[in-house]
Amino acid sequence: MLNRPTLLAAAAATLLASTALPAMAVTLRYSNQGDLKSLDPYTLNETTTLAHHGHVYEGLTRRGKDLKIEPALAERWETSPDGLTWRFFLRKGVKFHNGNAFTADDVVFSATRVRAQGSNFQTRIPTTAEFVKVDDHTVDVKLKTPNPILNYQWDTWYIMDKEWSEANNSTSPTPASATTPSYAALNANGTGPFTIDSHQPGVRTVFKKNANWWDKADHNLDEIVFTPIGSDATRVAALLSGEVDVVEPVPLQDIQRVNSSPNAQVLTGPELRTIFLGFDQTRDELLFSNVKGKNPFKDVKVRQAFYQAIDIETIKTRVMRGLATPTALMIAPELVTFSKEFERPKYDPEGAKKLLAEAGYPNGFEVGMDCPNDRYVNDEAICQAVVGMLARAGIKVNLMAQPKAQYFAKVLKPGNYNTSFYLLGWTPGTLDAHNVLHDIQGCRDNPQSSRGESNLGGYCNKQHDELTDKILVETDKAKRDEMMKQAFKLATNDFSYIPLHQQALAWGVSKKVKLVQRADNQVLLYWARKEP
Amino acid sequence: MLAFIIRRALQSIGVLLAVGIIAFAMFRFAGDPVNQIVSIDTPAAEREQVRRSLGLDDPVPLQFARYVSRALTGEFGVSYQFRQPVADLLGERMPATLELAICATVFSLVFGILMGVFSALKRESFLAKVFQTVSLIGISLPTFLIGILLIYLFSVSLGWLPSYGRGDTVRLGWWTTGLLTWTGLQALIMPSVTLGLFQMTLIMRLVRAEMLEVLRTDYIRFARARGIRTRAIHFGHALKNTLVPVITIVGLQFGSVIAFAIITETVFQWPGMGLLFVQAVQNVDIPIMAAYLMLVALIFVTINLVVDILYTVVDPRLRATIRQPA
Repeated sequence: MLNRPTLLAAAAATLLASTALPAMAVTLRYSNQGDLKSLDPYTLNETTTLAHHGHVYEGLTRRGKDLKIEPALAERWETSPDGLTWRFFLRKGVKFHNGNAFTADDVVFSATRVRAQGSNFQTRIPTTAEFVKVDDHTVDVKLKTPNPILNYQWDTWYIMDKEWSEANNSTSPTPASATTPSYAALNANGTGPFTIDSHQPGVRTVFKKNANWWDKADHNLDEIVFTPIGSDATRVAALLSGEVDVVEPVPLQDIQRVNSSPNAQVLTGPELRTIFLGFDQTRDELLFSNVKGKNPFKDVKVRQAFYQAIDIETIKTRVMRGLATPTALMIAPELVTFSKEFERPKYDPEGAKKLLAEAGYPNGFEVGMDCPNDRYVNDEAICQAVVGMLARAGIKVNLMAQPKAQYFAKVLKPGNYNTSFYLLGWTPGTLDAHNVLHDIQGCRDNPQSSRGESNLGGYCNKQHDELTDKILVETDKAKRDEMMKQAFKLATNDFSYIPLHQQALAWGVSKKVKLVQRADNQVLLYWARKEP
Repeated sequence: MLAFIIRRALQSIGVLLAVGIIAFAMFRFAGDPVNQIVSIDTPAAEREQVRRSLGLDDPVPLQFARYVSRALTGEFGVSYQFRQPVADLLGERMPATLELAICATVFSLVFGILMGVFSALKRESFLAKVFQTVSLIGISLPTFLIGILLIYLFSVSLGWLPSYGRGDTVRLGWWTTGLLTWTGLQALIMPSVTLGLFQMTLIMRLVRAEMLEVLRTDYIRFARARGIRTRAIHFGHALKNTLVPVITIVGLQFGSVIAFAIITETVFQWPGMGLLFVQAVQNVDIPIMAAYLMLVALIFVTINLVVDILYTVVDPRLRATIRQPA
């Protein structure tokens, strides 16, 4: 039997041995409310997932800390004068994590795979665009119509290795209806700054530094351990107790507490998502209202009255605890050049009443409102505030707050836009205004077209749509910006929507960690530094 | 006897089918799974194609029939969110849930019996009153609140125990265990206490009541009169006789411990089946929801079946009635 000193010495030796090696290793522990479901980069087009994949995979382009497009796997690109051919010059000497070289074949392969059935990223590339390999490091993209924003979303069109995908029977994305497990959902082989060390779906994912990355690393991490924590209280507790270094999001009511704790703080900033209210402007009679035989929202005065009845400052200070940026635009001000020229009409409940009387509703009316309660920051509380404010103008709103699963099933196209008045949030996936003009403000009258599919209330102005179509093919930036401004002016003057605010990002960060908060809410830890 | 078992087994299958039918009828109210599979700006045509490929267009009875016929061949489908077979996902999560349930049960047994015996023997003592109060709290406070209170006390304020997860686990074949590592054991403490607290109070009250009952019986009085040592009377005779109902209750409650682990697992981000189920509900992941509900129903049915059979084995009177059904 060992005597005590020997035991102690042995223990000390083990301790030394176990700490000696990783003394230099820096592990960052990160927790998000959502989990990382699949490693296949083409199965779920959702911010948290895109950010996770972005540590492992890379696109031809990437977006910098200010969201500017930068070269990544493509060193540079040029467009032909007619705008129909884009030539991409690929970076040489880049290797996938398994050692395979990155070539034009991988780009052509990825372009096919991302548009295959089961991909949630089919809109990343126009269906008619043709990818042609010129040589090992040059690819031509041939288009049918000019597209000035072709590469705007290519930062999250991640390039996969052709050989690896073929060898592992993963040449197409795993559809939701798959009956066999997918290799690419559990394994990854990218070119990015981190590799996947282990991945237990919904439990824990470990990323290891890629020592052979082609670019100079901006971080000092050796390892990232990701754990989803769904419960808000537990996630905040884990940050306060120092068990995790970065959490997203921190609930608004906990921000104060985190900031007053000794070892963590909350990084806040405006998010790109715009929260807004919309009205059913197509049906001849509202589905949820006591007004029969006509639709009050077809009258621009009623829409204006609703807009003026909303006290956005109160929503900002009371509901959002100061963490919201009121807006007059349906797109984040960072994404356009003309945001300063738009202003909200003044809060004026009396004026609203007058407008309603002029429109023929001196005693107001009743309308049902749909609102998610687990999708956006304090979504249900915003709707409750709106109900109270409209009551002052004489409108009785019957609020239907519901979980996102039920909410979206009801209000989106598959549910037949089953709503009269609703709250929604939108970030243009392309970070370009055309997306908002087309998807949110475009007419819905042609069932064959995808225009206006997320225009749940069916606002329609043909002049606006004409401008939108010109914007899509206009390659002169100044002209394009001017047309966008005109289009937004049209929709604003029609009181098509009531934009409310940009909600705030709230990341909880240990005081040992420095990182960059990008406005699209992608938590990108390849810019994080942690004190060892 | 055999006829009895067969009859019971057939009844159990009926129960399982009923659970399945009710579950499938309810899935329609859980929301649209397609919305959770695609993103909000996915074109409608693509959504329709996903819906068709999942067979969500078909009438519910047809979907149910298809599910049952596949389930009979051991095929539980592939999760919409993870794109992995549901059987694999549940199998991977099951050790975490079972370990938690077993630890919670052991905790509730040990402390429930100790506290129950103590408060029966020293009814008037201060400590017994404390136990009574604690048991009242345990019965009336909701599980998630207890969990969060524990986290704030032991993780945030004191920094003794981890607030989430399972710690390091060791893989033994297909089973993963947290019982063999220090961090794994630490991580087990708070969830087990949270999950076991209700059972503990139940057992404590049961033991106390039974113990008081037994101590009043004639054979205990005779034992006292014969001059047997108090300790031997209390623990050798009285406690032994109180344990029969306790064991029955614990056995029957084990199913609900597993089922109620959902809340504890959510609070502590415990990677078990309950957490998987909650995430599945939020994401309308029907294959996981269906398989989990069927699994829990199966556990309940099996436990009840075993208890029924054991009773007839133990109690000859029951066997007599079974042979001549009325």
